[in-house]
Amino acid sequence: MSEMSGAAALMAALEKEKVEFIFGLPGGANLPIYDALVDSKIRHILVRHEQSAAHMADGYARIKRKAGVCFATSGPGATNLVTGIATAYADSSPIIAVTGQVALPMIGKDAFQETDIIGVTNPCTKYAFQPRVASEIPEMVKKSFYIAESGRPGPVLVDIPKDVQQQITRMEFPEYIKVRGYNPVVDADLSEINKACEMLLKAEKPIIMAGGGVILSGAFSELQALAELLSIPVVTTFKGKGAFPENHQLALGPIGMHGHAEANKMVLEADCILAIGARFSDRTVGRFDEFGKDINVIHFDVDPAEIGKNKSVNAAVIGDVKSSLRSLIKLIPKNFKTNEEITKLWMARKRELVNYYEDSIKDYSREITAKKALKKLRELLPAEGIVTTEVGQCQMWASLHFDVISPGTFFSSTGLGTMGFGFPASIGAKAAKTDVPVVDIAGDGSFNMTENSLAVSVLEELPVIVFLLNNQMLGMVAQWQRTFYNRRYSGVHQRNCPDYCKLAESYGAQAFRVSSMDELDKAIKNSLKSDIATVIDIPIDPDEDVYPFVAPGTGLKDMIIGA
Amino acid sequence: MTNKKSVFDEENANKMYILSVIVENKPGVLFRITNLFRSRNFNIESITVGITEKPDLSRMTITTVSDVKTLEQLVKQLQKLIDVIQINVLNKENAVYRELALIKMNAKDPTTRIEIANFASIYRGNIMDISNETITVEIIGTPDKIDAFKNLVSSYGIIQVARTGVSALPRGAVDDDL
Ligand SMILES: Cc1ncc(C[n+]2csc(CCOP(=O)(O)OP(=O)(O)O)c2C)c(N)n1
Ligand SMILES: [Mg+2]
Repeated sequence: MSEMSGAAALMAALEKEKVEFIFGLPGGANLPIYDALVDSKIRHILVRHEQSAAHMADGYARIKRKAGVCFATSGPGATNLVTGIATAYADSSPIIAVTGQVALPMIGKDAFQETDIIGVTNPCTKYAFQPRVASEIPEMVKKSFYIAESGRPGPVLVDIPKDVQQQITRMEFPEYIKVRGYNPVVDADLSEINKACEMLLKAEKPIIMAGGGVILSGAFSELQALAELLSIPVVTTFKGKGAFPENHQLALGPIGMHGHAEANKMVLEADCILAIGARFSDRTVGRFDEFGKDINVIHFDVDPAEIGKNKSVNAAVIGDVKSSLRSLIKLIPKNFKTNEEITKLWMARKRELVNYYEDSIKDYSREITAKKALKKLRELLPAEGIVTTEVGQCQMWASLHFDVISPGTFFSSTGLGTMGFGFPASIGAKAAKTDVPVVDIAGDGSFNMTENSLAVSVLEELPVIVFLLNNQMLGMVAQWQRTFYNRRYSGVHQRNCPDYCKLAESYGAQAFRVSSMDELDKAIKNSLKSDIATVIDIPIDPDEDVYPFVAPGTGLKDMIIGA
Repeated sequence: MTNKKSVFDEENANKMYILSVIVENKPGVLFRITNLFRSRNFNIESITVGITEKPDLSRMTITTVSDVKTLEQLVKQLQKLIDVIQINVLNKENAVYRELALIKMNAKDPTTRIEIANFASIYRGNIMDISNETITVEIIGTPDKIDAFKNLVSSYGIIQVARTGVSALPRGAVDDDL
């Protein structure tokens, strides 16, 4: 036991959690914390906007599979974090946001830079703490990490009044904590696993739908083992993209609004769906009432509240999906053989669909298209390279045309769809894994929202590659206006401003503008060789649409494959 | 065929449920719970909060009218809240439940006052206040009983009503140890 300030206790508690990075920006209400930071071993990454600090912590968490930490001051600093916190919440990503707050006697007085940030973030945090005395800080920090990382992960807010940061007192750092009322790990019900196993074994056309939960629990090898053991084709949700190697012969890729055509088609032909760590979101299944109708649907998830929320299911296995999958695999009899004739037919159907759509989905013709550019990126980027995306057409093209080979190397803002997420998140990912290249597949509109993180990428030597599919448009919105509003464009023209190469160079980053596939080839190779932040500006046609497309409110069966 | 349909109706029918929820007794908990109802579009009829036999725990009694599916989601979402420690789903059969209402009525005429006092005593109510113009009655019972009394006296002109919402406990022995 020793005497120290609340701020010093915060830093010590973070060190005990083995925090390597803090992404943040100081202000009046967290000055004591920033002062304590001077004496800490933890590396602080100064951001240019707090939203990006939260995205960086999020990107770090998704690759490290451990909570990321961000700091902001009270009031506007804290509210700037909100988009990042909501993004992490929607994608079940563990981040710890530490905000400064006005001193306790000032709370409720509408003091300068006072915002009730706990109230503001309530619907998008898993939990929030506000210590009233400094001695509560060590235990609250430990609980924050426990809550953020366990069960279904999510963001936790720690809002610390300035006087509590300054208060000097005796501190105790607990080794063990217990949060009454929070039991994140439940042992899966064996009888439900049995039921699931029987359904799967007797199915003739089973399919696996792997969601983000597979990535969160790192159940890659279990998923692959199960799929191979029973020869079950695998589709993913968009969040689950890359849970299964997309070059595998059983892989069909993501389903959903802009899912792969063959995946959307095949999931409707299945006679049994095993959904693993997925929440049957509207973007994924189209219509709740049509998806998985009249067939056995099995649901594995860590969150009991997901069972039956959007979709009634026939078997529900609640628990960490990695261990549930292990139990399921153990139940499959050693001598079990799939009926070869039936499996052959199902596999033939898969090939037939892949070939059919390869022929019938027309390629957009131009020297450089999004599809060609992304195929080129895949060709040149090593399999273990990490890829994230911005939001819009760029994101959906990435989903369609960039195959993830090494599981867990792809992520995106899939739940909230936050423009401006990808670039700062990619910097966070780079911090988590410095020895692999990290690429943000970006749209011009999205990149514009958080491009000031170029300063961070350059100065902190966390180089990432911005692969900018530049259509000078808020392209996805433009596509909807073309499709549903009779080409009445409204508020979508970026008008070639700014010049992204000059912008990048002004930050000290490297930039390439390419006008042919050859130049793109060279630019990617050069970027991969150099260790400096790079923007590759790839002009593409503003009229290029993303297909296939399942219009909102319609089912996967109503998928449109071209104009 | 008809059989099947009636089962279906049963499941979809709206019924009254009473949720007895043990929560941490600390600031912000009531806010988190009511915010959950708002953001997830759950309907609640009444909510009461009070301290339990243990000073660090509060019991919330929430009444809701819903179908089984919605109720299940409501319970699961509540369970996810870290400050929620235990939830008991009660109904009219397995719980004792009571509500208190104060009802103020017009009663300028002395015979009216006598009539209302008579009704009140049939309902085992108490006269809490009488003035030249008004009479205020306290009724304790199930929400149905309070509604019935309100209907009975509505012709006199009800001026103000204050209801506490339902408080409830499960019947019989206690099997949880908190
Ligand atoms: C913060 C935010 N604002 C608005 C939107 C709505 N929106 C979705 S996609 C999109 C266009 C994105 O443009 P860009 O980044 O250039 O990508 P493109 O679709 O052109 O590939 C917009 C405005 C959003 N998802 N996020
Ligand atoms: Mg664009």
